[in-house]
Amino acid sequence: MITAFLTDSTLCIGCKACEVACKEWNQVPSDGYHFTGFSYDNTVALGHSTWRHVKFVERTAGVAAPIDGTAGYRSNTFRWDFSSDVCKHCSNAGCLEACPTGSIVRTEFGGVYVQPDICNGCGYCVVSCPFGVIDRRPEDGRAFKCTFCYDRQKAGLAPACAAACPTQSIQFGEIGELRAKAAARIAQLRERGIDDASIYDPQHTSVGGTHAIFVLRGRPEDYNLPSNPEVPTVHLRDGWSSAAVAAGLMLLGTAAAFFMQRE
Amino acid sequence: MSDYYGLPLLKPPVWTWEVPAYFFVGGAAGAAAVIAAAARLSGGRDDLVRDARWIAAVGGAIAPPLLIADLGRPERFLNMLRVFKLQSAMSVGAWTLVAFSNAAAASAGADLLERATNGSVPVRVIGNIAEALAAASGLVLSTYTGVLIGATAIPAWSENVKVLPVHFGASGVGAAVSILELLGHRDRALNVLGAGAAAVETLIGASFELRQSDALVPLKDDWTGAVTRMGGVLSGPLPLALRLLAGRLPSARKAAAVSTMMGSLMTRVGWLAAGKCSIEESQKAFVRSS
Repeated sequence: MITAFLTDSTLCIGCKACEVACKEWNQVPSDGYHFTGFSYDNTVALGHSTWRHVKFVERTAGVAAPIDGTAGYRSNTFRWDFSSDVCKHCSNAGCLEACPTGSIVRTEFGGVYVQPDICNGCGYCVVSCPFGVIDRRPEDGRAFKCTFCYDRQKAGLAPACAAACPTQSIQFGEIGELRAKAAARIAQLRERGIDDASIYDPQHTSVGGTHAIFVLRGRPEDYNLPSNPEVPTVHLRDGWSSAAVAAGLMLLGTAAAFFMQRE
Repeated sequence: MSDYYGLPLLKPPVWTWEVPAYFFVGGAAGAAAVIAAAARLSGGRDDLVRDARWIAAVGGAIAPPLLIADLGRPERFLNMLRVFKLQSAMSVGAWTLVAFSNAAAASAGADLLERATNGSVPVRVIGNIAEALAAASGLVLSTYTGVLIGATAIPAWSENVKVLPVHFGASGVGAAVSILELLGHRDRALNVLGAGAAAVETLIGASFELRQSDALVPLKDDWTGAVTRMGGVLSGPLPLALRLLAGRLPSARKAAAVSTMMGSLMTRVGWLAAGKCSIEESQKAFVRSS
């Protein structure tokens, strides 16, 4: 079964239980106590030691007015949009394509998994992720990111974050079912007058959709999500064509210089 | 509000000084192997062929330790050879480097043996086959690094993916020619080849200067821009002018060689550093576009 996350930001209450559950289950090291001043987000970004990250998007101006009593807040006031970010487990994953050791693999559940016993810390996945998710842990030397709780899925369990989420903002299940759920949720939200909600699942780009789908309010950029992510392998054709031209020039130029000298 | 607290979306490269040093060494060594083959096939002087083979071999010996030192887990470097993946430029590069290092070492070793055995024919044949293999893999070694950084999510690199392999290849040729000249070789072909590489570098530098793009900002501004631009001048127009003068002014060739070497090294350092700055710059562009 191909599985996925559906993270619904309209249900998230910003409790960070997902962050804690992930850290505990996967024994991810502490990333310190930093005070950022960015709303209540002191986690900052996904990285080698942060595999779930709750974003706190503050809205003050131009807050859409929902129908009173349906969304838990009054119109035209301050609003928070929370969204729990995670590795997208891309259908065409830049990190997986780039990995020269074969450490990064596609699991039988469709997730993208870094085998820690293979990774030699070359760092090529870091520059190949269009979402800035995977990173090398300096004190360890290897690259880390969300495992999609491969171990739990193997045992028939839901990933730790989804199991811990108290509001079902993080749902886990078969990808087709979740895509249908996301579409139904958007219809429901529209009906309630929340017309800035949309699905984030970039199927129209070279990434080819993700195994972590989001329901968001506002533009993806507000959550630091690119509208048009591209898997870096799209540049390979241009790159190798140029390398062929370069090699041809080198060969012909060198041969010409030496054979001309002889005459 | 148009992005998330101005935090960069992408992760900066984790690579340190070993990687630009490797680009420089690998580029020069690969081009030296091509020079060795061309010089021998055209009936060039034996000591030029020998020195070119040795530059390739020494470069092929220095390059792997540089790459291994940059790994987070150096003891696992052999995992690079677990698989061969065409879609990973780093995998192609790792295999190319292995092929090159062995072929270049064999061609230099055969040169030693040939002299020790007073020109044994089997040794010469093996040496020439190794030289051909070193030249073939050297062509890839000198140019693939442009594909390596071009096929990434880093805007300063990926936006220039069509230029980088030619840029790095020309930089490698310039460096190889310059090392041979600094070793005392005065063949006219070297000056011609060096001038050709400098001409290509001049054209590429001009194309960067004439183009305006957000992704080019780290290659023009700040210290990374200063290094990249200085590297461009030192490996493009300056040595080109010096090499054109070399007929009348013999010392100009030595100056061109020194300038090209420094330029090649600065080019590699500048491009790698620009990749790190590109993260911040691309965020500004990301904000503007959103």
